[in-house]
Amino acid sequence: MPQRNRDSIGNILIVAISVCLVASILVSMAAVGLKPAQEANRLLNERQNILVAAGVLAPGARVDEQGRGINELFEQFDVRVVDLRTGEYVDHIDPQAFDQLRAARDPDSSRRLSGEEDKPTLRRLENYGIVYLLRGDDGAVERTVLPVRGMGLWGTMFGYLAISGDLVSAEGIAFHRHQETPGLGGEIENPRWRAQWEGLRLFDDEGRPAVEVVKSRAPEGTDARQRQVDMLAGATLTSRGVENLVNFWLSDLGYGAYLDRLRREEA
Amino acid sequence: MSSSKEVLFAPIFDNNPIALQVLGICSALAVTVSMLNTLVMCAAVIFVCAFSNLFVSLLRHVMPSNIRIIIQMTIIASLVILVDQVIQAYAYEVSQRLSVFVGLIITNCIVLGRAEGFALQNGPYMSFLDGIGNGLGYSVLLILVALIREPLGAGTLMGYTLFANVNDGGWYVGNGLMLLAPSAFFIIGLSIWALRAWKPAQVEPVEYEIAENVQYKEAM
Repeated sequence: MPQRNRDSIGNILIVAISVCLVASILVSMAAVGLKPAQEANRLLNERQNILVAAGVLAPGARVDEQGRGINELFEQFDVRVVDLRTGEYVDHIDPQAFDQLRAARDPDSSRRLSGEEDKPTLRRLENYGIVYLLRGDDGAVERTVLPVRGMGLWGTMFGYLAISGDLVSAEGIAFHRHQETPGLGGEIENPRWRAQWEGLRLFDDEGRPAVEVVKSRAPEGTDARQRQVDMLAGATLTSRGVENLVNFWLSDLGYGAYLDRLRREEA
Repeated sequence: MSSSKEVLFAPIFDNNPIALQVLGICSALAVTVSMLNTLVMCAAVIFVCAFSNLFVSLLRHVMPSNIRIIIQMTIIASLVILVDQVIQAYAYEVSQRLSVFVGLIITNCIVLGRAEGFALQNGPYMSFLDGIGNGLGYSVLLILVALIREPLGAGTLMGYTLFANVNDGGWYVGNGLMLLAPSAFFIIGLSIWALRAWKPAQVEPVEYEIAENVQYKEAM
C-alpha cells in the first residue's frame, strides 16, 4: 500500500466522514429494524401491568389459568380517554394512539402545576388521561384502571391503580417502571406488599382521597385502618411517594372529577 | 509477540481490568445487585470490547492520529447503541432494569483503554481476542460480586430463592448494605486483596517509606 500522509487534512476528512457514515447506517438500521419488536415489548409490558393491577393476572405471569395470553385478556378492556378537568369522556382522541406522557410534556395539552398542588413532583399535568374499564357480563364496570405516576426516591414511578366497581376501594396497584433501590424501595413490586391494596378504602367520609402509607397501622376495626397500607422498611421516601401519587391522581387534579361523575351516574 | 492464548486469558487473573488496572468500576458497582443483570451486562461489554478492538485494529493504518480518539469513540458508541437496541428488543425486562448502564458502556474505561492501548498496535485477530479476554476479565469479577451480593442481599440467585426472604414470608433478613452500591466496593476491595495474596507479582511497590520515628532521647 502506498504510504499516504495519514495526517493530511484530506485524509482526516475522508476517514472521519466514512467512519461516521458507516456507523450511522449501522445504528439507524438497528433502530429501524428492531423498532417493531421493542414497541411490542413495551406495549406487552404495559398491558401486563394493567392486568396485574386489575387482578386479572398473577404478578409475573404471562398467561392466566385458562392459558389466555396478555393481549387476549387485554381485549376485554374498554380503553377511553377522559378530560381530567371535567371528567367527561373525550371522543376526538383515539385512545390507541394517545400518549399520555407526551401530552404531559406538550404545553398545548398540559399545564404547569403550582408547587402546592404538585405533591408527586410531576411539574406538568396533562389535560387528558386514559382509563381502562373492565366490564362484567351485565355491562357494569367492575374495574377502573388508572395510570398513575409520581416521584419516588430516585426517579418517577409509573404504575396502574385499579379501582373496584364500587368506586371507593382499590383492587390493586402495580408499578411497571421505577428506579427505586432493589430490595428497599424496589419492594413496591413485592406481591405481599401489594396485596394490602386489595379492598383498601381510598376516600375518607367527606369523599377526599385519603390513602395513608404508615409505619404502624391503626388498630383493627377502626375506620382509619381501612385506608392504611404498611410502609416499606427502609424506604421512607418511596413510601411517601406512593402515598402522594395515589392521593394526587384520585384528587380533583387527577381523576377525581371523572370518578365523581361515575358515582353520580351510578346513584 | 505474545501467543493468542496468553492474550485471551491473561486479563482474567494476571492482568484483570478491574482488579489490577482498576477500570470500569462504575458499572461494576451499579449492575451487580442481581445476577441476571450482571450476565447481560457482561455479555454486552464482551461484545462491545471485542468488536471495537477489531474495528479499531482494522482501521489503525488509515486512522489519522489527531482524531483517533474521536473515531474510537464513534465506533464504540455505535456498537453500544446496537447492543442497547438489541437488548430492548429481545430482553425487555432486563433492559428496564439495566436502564442507563448499557448506554454507559460507552464511558467504560476498559473499552477505550483496550482500543487505545492494544488495538492500535496489534493486528485484528489479536485485538479481537484481547477484547474478548478483557471482557471476560471484567465479567469474572462482576459475576463474583453478584454471586455475593444477590444471595446475601435478597436471598435469591438469578431470581430463584435460595433463602426465603422475610419480605416474602420467609426467615432470611436480607442485608440491606449488599443491595446498595457501596457493598461492591468492599467486595471488589477484598477480592483485589485475595488476588494479590495469590499472585504477589501484582502488588504495587510502595511509593514512599515512612522514616523511623525520631526518638525523644535523640532529639534532646
